[in-house]
Amino acid sequence: MALDRWIAMVILCIALAYGYAAFFTMDELLPPFMQRNPIWPSTFPKVLSVLAILASLVILLGLEKSTGPSKTPDIDYRRLGDYNLGQALALLALMVAYALLLRPAGFVLSTTGFLVGGAVILGERNFLILIPVAAVATGIVWYLVDEVLGIFMRPLPNFM
Amino acid sequence: MIEGLLIGLAAAFSLKNLTMVIAGCLIGTFIGMLPGLGPMSIIAIMIPVAITLGDPSAALILLAGVYYGAIFGGSTSSILLNAPGVAGTVATSFDGYPMARQGQAGKALTIAAIASFAGGTIGAVLLMVFAPMLSTVALLFHSAEYFALMVVGLSAIAAFAGTGNVAKAILMTLLGLIMATVGEGALFNLPRFTMGLMDLQSGFSFITLAMAMFALPEAIFLVLNPARSAQASGNGKIENLRITREEGRKIAPVIGRQSIQGFFIGVLPGAGATIASFLGYAVERNIASKEEQAEFGKGSIKGLAAPESANNAACTGSFVPLLTLGIPGSGTTAILLGALIALNVTPGPRLMLDEPQIFWSVIISMYIGNLVLLILNLPLIPYIAKVLTIPRNYLIPFILFFTLMGSYIGQNNATELLLLVGMGVCATVLRFADYPLAPLLIGFILGRMLEDNFARSMQLYDGVGFILDRPMTLGLLVIAALLVVVPSYRARRAKARKEGVAEGD
Repeated sequence: MALDRWIAMVILCIALAYGYAAFFTMDELLPPFMQRNPIWPSTFPKVLSVLAILASLVILLGLEKSTGPSKTPDIDYRRLGDYNLGQALALLALMVAYALLLRPAGFVLSTTGFLVGGAVILGERNFLILIPVAAVATGIVWYLVDEVLGIFMRPLPNFM
Repeated sequence: MIEGLLIGLAAAFSLKNLTMVIAGCLIGTFIGMLPGLGPMSIIAIMIPVAITLGDPSAALILLAGVYYGAIFGGSTSSILLNAPGVAGTVATSFDGYPMARQGQAGKALTIAAIASFAGGTIGAVLLMVFAPMLSTVALLFHSAEYFALMVVGLSAIAAFAGTGNVAKAILMTLLGLIMATVGEGALFNLPRFTMGLMDLQSGFSFITLAMAMFALPEAIFLVLNPARSAQASGNGKIENLRITREEGRKIAPVIGRQSIQGFFIGVLPGAGATIASFLGYAVERNIASKEEQAEFGKGSIKGLAAPESANNAACTGSFVPLLTLGIPGSGTTAILLGALIALNVTPGPRLMLDEPQIFWSVIISMYIGNLVLLILNLPLIPYIAKVLTIPRNYLIPFILFFTLMGSYIGQNNATELLLLVGMGVCATVLRFADYPLAPLLIGFILGRMLEDNFARSMQLYDGVGFILDRPMTLGLLVIAALLVVVPSYRARRAKARKEGVAEGD
């Protein structure tokens, strides 16, 4: 089964769960006076869930045939190993690490680390240029966000 | 209209707004030039900045400047590298790149700049004429018609997604609408579908979603496939920017025709700069004389001017539904709408009456922006093009960092960053499978408004009777249904015919 139909199946499951929540769990909580309303909080979600189930079934069952010549996509997911998959995954992991470290380690340390780490993952080894560039960029962004836009960000680690 | 123009002139020529135009155009040109980064990613990255400005007209002016700057920058990389940064400038590379190969890069850039300028300016004039007319009509609309109109817009976007993709686009729109129902709505004061999580109480953040849908997958694609970020060798000299009078006479009618055609294509929901530029190129090739036709694809100046004026005019045209109806027709204008709502402005027919300074200053700023692009960028292009030589080892970490920062300063919440990465991965997988992502974001942004208008009409008419009671609503809903059904029906019949299967009519 092709990837797009797997995705349609996942969305179908989401739509079923959403529909279940809309049809069977929301209405009991409604206070009596609101039940006289022609529209309930669950009305719109009910419509959406039915339509989404139908649309995902159309894709899952392959009811809509494409007539045009199948165009080659930007990236062929069947040959994902041929691309720099490792680099992409490492960068995503780095982003997660940044999200977790931003508060405890402070903005300056985590951002410089992120920029240097990202470039190293991509194959940069010229640290004499890389580290100053990352540090200066961090400083500029911190100044812009904190001083110009007026959004507070802790620059230094927690313990300092 | 004269009064409005004067208000707009006064607002647009304030020092702050002038700075915004110039900054927006420059930032847009810079980033739009980088292959792989489209206007939607750039605008998504710029939104937190625009929102913190606090002034809706300044924010809209900045973002609009970024938008047409990005289109202009995209054409530069199309011409110099054959690597369009923006889908709307792919057609530019057909003739622009051959010209650059023949050593006429400077001339090609000049033609592109003039065509863009003319397209943008003619587009702005048409916008000034048509937007007030449309918004007078739109004032007669009721919430029932608004509901129906949004359904038409959403299905038009799905219908333009192309054969074989209509169901996918519809599914993405529905997914966006479903995501919009998460959180506490204004209508019922009840949290819905939060699964008891506090973080979902206020719903998904629009900035995070925009970043995750556009900027992050682009960056991941750049990492996965280094060929996408084609690098300039850095030694290509750009000189001889002049064009002759004869060449000017040759491209003038092309620019005129394509500006008007591009504008009207841009107004249609779902069609946009990309379709306008391809169509403009095709039309001009068909009506050109025999010997000129042979030149197309080998460095024809007409083939370069046509898509360039069409895509800029279409960008301007896409502001018409946004400013008059409050309904975005494209991913980019949907992001602009989201930014305006965040600034407490609801675009729509009332915008012209209630806040004329926003409406008119944006239009005036378009003239200024196009002028800025022409006079600032043309002499500076050889220097700006240096941005193409930034090594990708530096570029990609910075793009990723800006998406993280944008989503962080929008919410001031580190959980948001994890959500961004998670949704970004989902969006990348969706792109692998050729699911269009713009409908998802448009659905998400329109979701609240759609439900509010639906609920209001249900309450007024005590049920779904409004669909039959108001003929205009019914008509619009029928159009919406036809838009979705007809393309797939025709595709089916075409296929059946190809296979030689008889089918009753």
